[in-house]
Amino acid sequence: MSKVDTIIAELDAISKNPKKAMADFKAKTGKGAVGVLPIYAPEELVYAAGYLPMGIWGATKKQILKATTFLPAFTCSIMQSIMELELQGTYDDLAAIVISSPCDTLKCFAQKWKGKSPVIQFVHSQNRDMEASNTFMVEEYKYVRESLENTLGVKITDDAINAAIDVYNENRAVMRMFTDVAALYPQVITPTKRHAVIKARQFMDKAEHTKKVREIIAGLMSEPVVPFTGKKIVLTGIQAEPDELLKIFEEFGIAVVADDLAQESRQFRTDVPAGNDPLYRLAKQWQNVTACALAIDRDKPRGKFIVNLAKEYGADAVIVAMMKFCDPEEYDYPILLEDFEKVGLRNLKIEIDQQSESFEQARTRIQSFVEML
Amino acid sequence: MSETEGMNAKQKLGYYTQKFYDDACAAHDKGEFVCWSSSIAPSEVFTTMGIHIVYPENHAAAVGAKHGALEILELAERKGYTMDNCSYSRINLAYMELLVEEKKTGKTPEALAKLDELKIPRIPLPDIIVLCNNICEVLLKWYENIAVSLNVPIVIIDVPFVHHPGKIPQRSIDYVEAQFKRSIKQVEDLCGRPFDYDKFIKVQEQTQRSIAAWDKAMGMASVVPSPLNGFDIFNFMALIVCARSEYAAEDTFTTLANELEEKAAAGIDAFKGGEKTRIAWEGIAVWPYLSHTYKALKALGMNMVGSTYPSAWSIHYEPGDLKAMSAGYIGCYYNTSLDNRVDVVSSVMENTKCTGILYHNNRSCKNMAVMNVEMEEMISKRTNTPFASFDGDQTDPRNFSEAQYDTRIEALSETMEQNIAAKQNA
Repeated sequence: MSKVDTIIAELDAISKNPKKAMADFKAKTGKGAVGVLPIYAPEELVYAAGYLPMGIWGATKKQILKATTFLPAFTCSIMQSIMELELQGTYDDLAAIVISSPCDTLKCFAQKWKGKSPVIQFVHSQNRDMEASNTFMVEEYKYVRESLENTLGVKITDDAINAAIDVYNENRAVMRMFTDVAALYPQVITPTKRHAVIKARQFMDKAEHTKKVREIIAGLMSEPVVPFTGKKIVLTGIQAEPDELLKIFEEFGIAVVADDLAQESRQFRTDVPAGNDPLYRLAKQWQNVTACALAIDRDKPRGKFIVNLAKEYGADAVIVAMMKFCDPEEYDYPILLEDFEKVGLRNLKIEIDQQSESFEQARTRIQSFVEML
Repeated sequence: MSETEGMNAKQKLGYYTQKFYDDACAAHDKGEFVCWSSSIAPSEVFTTMGIHIVYPENHAAAVGAKHGALEILELAERKGYTMDNCSYSRINLAYMELLVEEKKTGKTPEALAKLDELKIPRIPLPDIIVLCNNICEVLLKWYENIAVSLNVPIVIIDVPFVHHPGKIPQRSIDYVEAQFKRSIKQVEDLCGRPFDYDKFIKVQEQTQRSIAAWDKAMGMASVVPSPLNGFDIFNFMALIVCARSEYAAEDTFTTLANELEEKAAAGIDAFKGGEKTRIAWEGIAVWPYLSHTYKALKALGMNMVGSTYPSAWSIHYEPGDLKAMSAGYIGCYYNTSLDNRVDVVSSVMENTKCTGILYHNNRSCKNMAVMNVEMEEMISKRTNTPFASFDGDQTDPRNFSEAQYDTRIEALSETMEQNIAAKQNA
C-alpha cells in the first residue's frame, strides 16, 4: 500500500470509530469531546476550551426504530439517525451538544434532545448584509462561550479562541489545497477516499488532521499526473454517503473533482477573517458564507457558483445529492435547475436517505446518466 | 354613512376581504405599489406608505378551501418542488409562475383560468416582498425564491428563535429593531418619498385598536357554553392577517365581539345547547376539508374554543416604541421554545376551559409537527386533559384521511365525556 493510501486508511478508521477517537483524545489531553450538529457552528470555541469538537451528522444505513416515537416520518433523514443514536445513548459521553437552528427541524430538534448531555442551542442571523447582524452574532457567540464555560467548567479566553481560529484557518486552507490536488489525481483519490479524508476532520484535532493531509498532498504531488478518461462531476447537497454510493461512482468511472457539500467543502471554503476580537471575527465569517442553502441570500448565487465550479474543474456534470426531507435544500433545487439549464450543465438528482440499505435504484440512475454524458 | 353600516360581522368579513383583494388588483393601474407579505410580518411599515399588502398564505388557504389546490400543487412539483415542501409555498410559487406566464404572453394559462372559475380571488404580482420568520424558517427559502424569480426587493425581518423560556434576549431586540429601521429605508427607496413617521404612529395606534378588538372577540371563546364557534376563529382569522393595521379589523372584530356578547347574555351558544366538550386545536386548519373537520366535531358536540391563533396576532406594544414592537414580533408563539409553547397552550386551555386537545400533525409544517409528541405529553400532564392527533395538511388534499380523523376525534370525545362524567359523580 502506498504512503498516501496508508494515511487515508488511518483517517477512514478514525471516522468509523468515533468513540475510540474520543477516548484517544481524552487519554492524551485529559479532556473530553463536545458534539456539534450540522451545518455551521463556532467549533473554534470548543477547541479553545481544550475539548475535541466532534461532528454529529447521523449514520449510514441506520434503521429507525425508537425515533419514530418522537419524530414525524417526514423529518429529515439526518435528524432521524441522530435521534435514533441519541436514544441508544450513543452520544451520552459527550460533555455537551452544540446545536444551531437554521431550519425548522433543527430548531425544534434542539428543544427535545433525549440524550444525557446538556444542549447548547444557538441561532444564526439570516439578514446578514448589515452590521447589526454581526453585532447580534457576537452576542450570540458570547452566549455560546458562556454556556460552554459553565458546562465544561473551563475559562475560554480570547487568546485561546484566536489561536483556535489560526488552527482552523490553516486546516481550511490545507483542505482547499487537498480538494484541488485530489482533482488532478482522481485515479488515486477516488470518491470514497476523497470523502474519507474530508470526513475525518469531524473526529480529529484539526491540527493533527492538517498534518496528515499535508502528507497526503506531498505524496500525491510526487507522482505524475495521468489524464483521466472517465467522467468528472461536481457534487452538491448536504452530504454524499455512504461508501456504497461512492463506490457506484467509481464503478462507472466517475471522479469527484469539486464539491459544494455541507459536510465537505462548505465547512472549509470560508476562512475566519483577520482581526483582534475573536467573536467578531467568527461573526464576520458567518457573514461571508455564501452559496449555501442554510445561509439566506436574496441573489441565490449557489447555482451560478456550482456552474463556475464545474467550469473551473472541467466537470462534465453536477450530481445533486438531495438529503431526504431537507427543506432548505429542496427549496434551492428548482432555482439550481434553472441555473444549470441556462448554460446546459448536465445534472442528475439522487436521493440521500441515511436509512437506505439498498442502492440499486441509485446505481441504475447513475449508470443511465453516465451513458448519456 | 360608513360603507359597512348595518352589516353584521360575517358580512363585514366578506366585504373587507374582497375589498382588499380588489384594491390590490387595482393598485398598479393607479401607480400604487403591492407587497406580498408573510402572515405575521410588520404590516405597520407598509401600511404607512400606502403599499397594498397581499398575503400568499391567506390566498393559498383560499385556494385550498375552494378545492383548487391539486392541479396547482402538481404544477409546483413539475417545477422541481416536492410534496415535502409546505403546500402554502408550493401553491404560491406555482401561482406566481402562472401570473408571470399570463403577463408575458397576454393569455391566461388554463390552470389560472380554472382557479378564476372557482372564484379564487386574483392577486397581482408584487413590487416588493416582506417576510418575518416568526412563524417558520421555510419562509426564508420560499421568499428567497420569489425575490430571485421576480427580481423584486425583499424585506427580511429575521427574528431569532427564542430558544429559552423567559425574557427575549436584548441582542435579538436590537437586531430586529435595526431591521425595522432598514425596512423603512427599503420602502422609501421603493416609493421614492420619505417615510411619514407621524402617520407611522397613527398606523401603530390603529394596529393596537384592531388587536384589542380581536382580543375581545376571541376572548368570548372562554364563555361556557361558547357563543363563538371555534371554526369561526379560522374564518375570521383572514382579517387579522390582512387588515391588522387597518380600521377594517377594528370594525369587524368590534362588531363580532358585540354580537358574541349579546349571544352570551341571551344564553345563545354556537352549538345551540349542543356543546358537550371543549377542545383546543393545535395547528393550522385543514382548509380543503374545513367542512368535514368542522361537521364531524359538531356532530360529537365538540366545540373548538382553544387556539393559539388569537395570541399569535395579539402583538401588543406602545406606539412609537420600536424596541417593544420588535419584541412583540420576536415573541410570537411559533418562534418560541418548547417550554414556552407548553405554557401558552396550557394557559389557553385553562382560560377557555378546554376538556381536551386535538393536534394536527401537519405534513406541510415541520415547525408545527416536530415537537408535537413532547407537547402532547407535557400539556396533558399540566392540564390533566386527554389528547388526540391526526395526520393532515393545511392545503394539500392528498395528505388527509377522513376516516382517520373521525376515528381519532371519536376516541377523544369518548375519553373527555368519561372524564366529565367521572368528575360529576365524584
